Amino acid sequence: MKIRLKVIFSFIAILSLITSLTAAEKAAKPLSPGWSFKGFFGKFDRASLQRGYQVYSEVCAACHSMKYLTYRNLAETGGPEFSVEQAKIIASNYEVTDGPDSDGEMFTRPARLSDNFVGPYPNEQAATAANGGAYPPDMSVLVKARKGGADYIYSVLLGYDEPPAGMTLDDGVYYNTYMAGNKIKMSNPLSEDLVEYIDGTKASNEQMAKDVTTFLAWAAEPTLEQRHKLGFRALIYLLIITVLVYFSMKRIWSRIETKV
Amino acid sequence: MTDIKKPKRRDFLLTVTAATGAVGVGAAAWPLIDQMNPDASVKALASTEVDVSSVEPGQSITVLWRGKPVFIKRRTEEEINKARSVDIKDLKHPEKDEDRAKNPEWLVMLGVCTHLGCVPLSDKGEYGGWFCPCHGSHYDTSGRIRKGPAPTNMEVPKYEFLNSDTIKIG
Amino acid sequence: MSEHNYTPSSKFGKWFNDRLPLLTLANHLTDYPTPKNLNYWWTFGGILTFCLITQIITGLILAMHYVAHADLAFGSVEHIMRNVNYGWLIRYVHANGASMFFLAVYIHIFRSLYYGSYKSPREMIWILGMIIYVLMMAAAFMGYVLPWGQMSFWGATVITNLFSAIPLVGESVVTWLWGGYSVDNPTLTRFFSLHYLIPFLILGLVVLHIWALHVPGNNNPIGIDLKKPSKDTVPFHPYIVIKDLFALLIFLIIFALFVFYSPNILGHADNYIEANPLVTPAHIVPEWYLLPFYAILRSVPDKLLGVIAMFSAIFVLIILPWLDTSKVRSTIFRPLYKQFYWFLIADVLILGYVGAMPAEGIYLLVARVGTAYYFIHFLVILPILGRLEKPLEIPTSITDPVLGGSVQPSFVKSDKKKI
Repeated sequence: MKIRLKVIFSFIAILSLITSLTAAEKAAKPLSPGWSFKGFFGKFDRASLQRGYQVYSEVCAACHSMKYLTYRNLAETGGPEFSVEQAKIIASNYEVTDGPDSDGEMFTRPARLSDNFVGPYPNEQAATAANGGAYPPDMSVLVKARKGGADYIYSVLLGYDEPPAGMTLDDGVYYNTYMAGNKIKMSNPLSEDLVEYIDGTKASNEQMAKDVTTFLAWAAEPTLEQRHKLGFRALIYLLIITVLVYFSMKRIWSRIETKV
Repeated sequence: MTDIKKPKRRDFLLTVTAATGAVGVGAAAWPLIDQMNPDASVKALASTEVDVSSVEPGQSITVLWRGKPVFIKRRTEEEINKARSVDIKDLKHPEKDEDRAKNPEWLVMLGVCTHLGCVPLSDKGEYGGWFCPCHGSHYDTSGRIRKGPAPTNMEVPKYEFLNSDTIKIG
Repeated sequence: MSEHNYTPSSKFGKWFNDRLPLLTLANHLTDYPTPKNLNYWWTFGGILTFCLITQIITGLILAMHYVAHADLAFGSVEHIMRNVNYGWLIRYVHANGASMFFLAVYIHIFRSLYYGSYKSPREMIWILGMIIYVLMMAAAFMGYVLPWGQMSFWGATVITNLFSAIPLVGESVVTWLWGGYSVDNPTLTRFFSLHYLIPFLILGLVVLHIWALHVPGNNNPIGIDLKKPSKDTVPFHPYIVIKDLFALLIFLIIFALFVFYSPNILGHADNYIEANPLVTPAHIVPEWYLLPFYAILRSVPDKLLGVIAMFSAIFVLIILPWLDTSKVRSTIFRPLYKQFYWFLIADVLILGYVGAMPAEGIYLLVARVGTAYYFIHFLVILPILGRLEKPLEIPTSITDPVLGGSVQPSFVKSDKKKI
């Protein structure tokens, strides 16, 4: 036993040594406003999701697509939970190409609930060309596609700053405290009162960043609430059956003298 | 082998454990079964709008809705009369033509034989309506089963006239 | 053992069993005499069987919804996550199930190393197990390619490029593997096909693995040969079945915590970015269970030698029964080997850690030392140790562990508990 402890301690010592030797250039610790969707019973804040959709559609959607979402998702449980009527109205503001009709022609019609979110550009090349060579990534799973998740997205949105002395930035490149390498090709998308929230909430930068990040977190993981709920039930069940099996095991092994 | 004291009676604890286990296995099996049901994107599939302005009396068109053919038939006076004069007691699946075709000129129904799912041929069969080539079911000009193995009339889906030229199915 | 003269009680049972002796097999499995002193480290065989079946069932289901096409694969995974009923659950069970499978297999392997289960007469069990392990790595790697994210694509590129190290034919072999001049749609579809096939090969090998086990019977913590059946054994059912079940449930609780509360923690964020042949992620790392091998690969500065080192790391495991010269099975009675055993575990963990770090500076140095020690352990220490070491005295039976004199029962017992 002594030997094992020694080995484990020396193992930890080596790891911490390695880590301390290389801990130098780490990016700034990301900000976190505290998310309602973390933890065992985590749920999305509906009002925040609805405001977040407003920020997405009025600000982000100018450049970023969200191709894996559909308008019906906006009315589904566990999401922003707009009413079906509201979602239909939102959808009808967008035009989709459909067809061919009986004459073989393509035509446009207002989007329906079953349609995917309409993106700002017809394809990736067009998006890249329109944004100075930097493709604005699709936002459907963005929160899951970035190390640090929601905290990271939130931090980048609030991390714009003047570059430190001695750092020169090319045209169309901006300084961001939290971005890997501190250089970002997206200009600061937020400014005070950029959107006028329908529910009257004051649109500070922090508020908008929090709302839109909440919306993006839901978009990346629309089944999160269902997962937390089912997970809780599954764990309760597993604990009960484990206890039952444990005592059954004791009972069965009591038929022989050996301890289990 | 090790000496074993045989249990004398059925142990309550073991029964409860086995029953609880069975419940768990059943609950865990449900997602594995339910995943084959229509998914959210299939259920949300939109309705279809059909422009019928070019269909002349006596003609019919077939459109695809939810992966199935829908017959849209513009019936002639003669066909309507034929469908409406039938005594409802003679029918295998009694339904009034008035209930099947709200606007008597237009008959909209799923073009799927209720026997085993083939697509019947129009203007064929002994009743001037449709005839299913698979197993010989005869339908009349209202799409009602008159002869053959099919148990029920061809199904009328939910539809509405958006205007005189456009039908929305679903 | 009673299966040789087993006769079903019912008339139909007898008729059936005479033609297809399934009942004899079932009787053999339930009555199978198992050492009664097996500790919880022995429950991982059952847990692994559960893992394999879970992966096969969830995999079959995912294949019903997944589309193996470079343009559609990523979207079809999102479709599974968003639209398919419980699709998110099934995918997360499958993805985390791979990690849980490897966790269990590593415990299973290290249990065998600790108690000498690979030694005569169980070499075939060990070799079959190692083949299963290699196939598991192949299946896991190809499965990771299927979502067609950035890590899928670049992992596939890097791993298939290993084969380009083969002298003369390397390039042609890689082109053949790809079905093109880079990882692309043909690569994806063939990986899907093979990913579907391999689990069934593993299933077949598992049957052989268990068959080979049932010839000599289980090893046990004391590592001595047992008379079967005897006072030292219990029938597999219900004693071992209920114990395996209990251990499985504990395992399931951990599994459920991953699936429901941190389903993406073992994956890489980059794999939620669709594959892009023009941009390599800044930091490519394989899944955690392949990291030690990855560290060994990178620790050698030569391409061909690095690949050889990596494959040798697996190969030394296959020939392990002949590298270990000690006749004593259980580490309990090998005081020197016990130290080296824990050194090896620390070494593998350190290799795993540096495998996840960039291959530069101190990490590279540590990886080189770790790699060297790994091979020294198997190729130098084990053969010599068996000749030098003076083992403790070994009891002759589980029920009378004091016969030898120097091994106190309390010692045996305490070791059993702590391990």
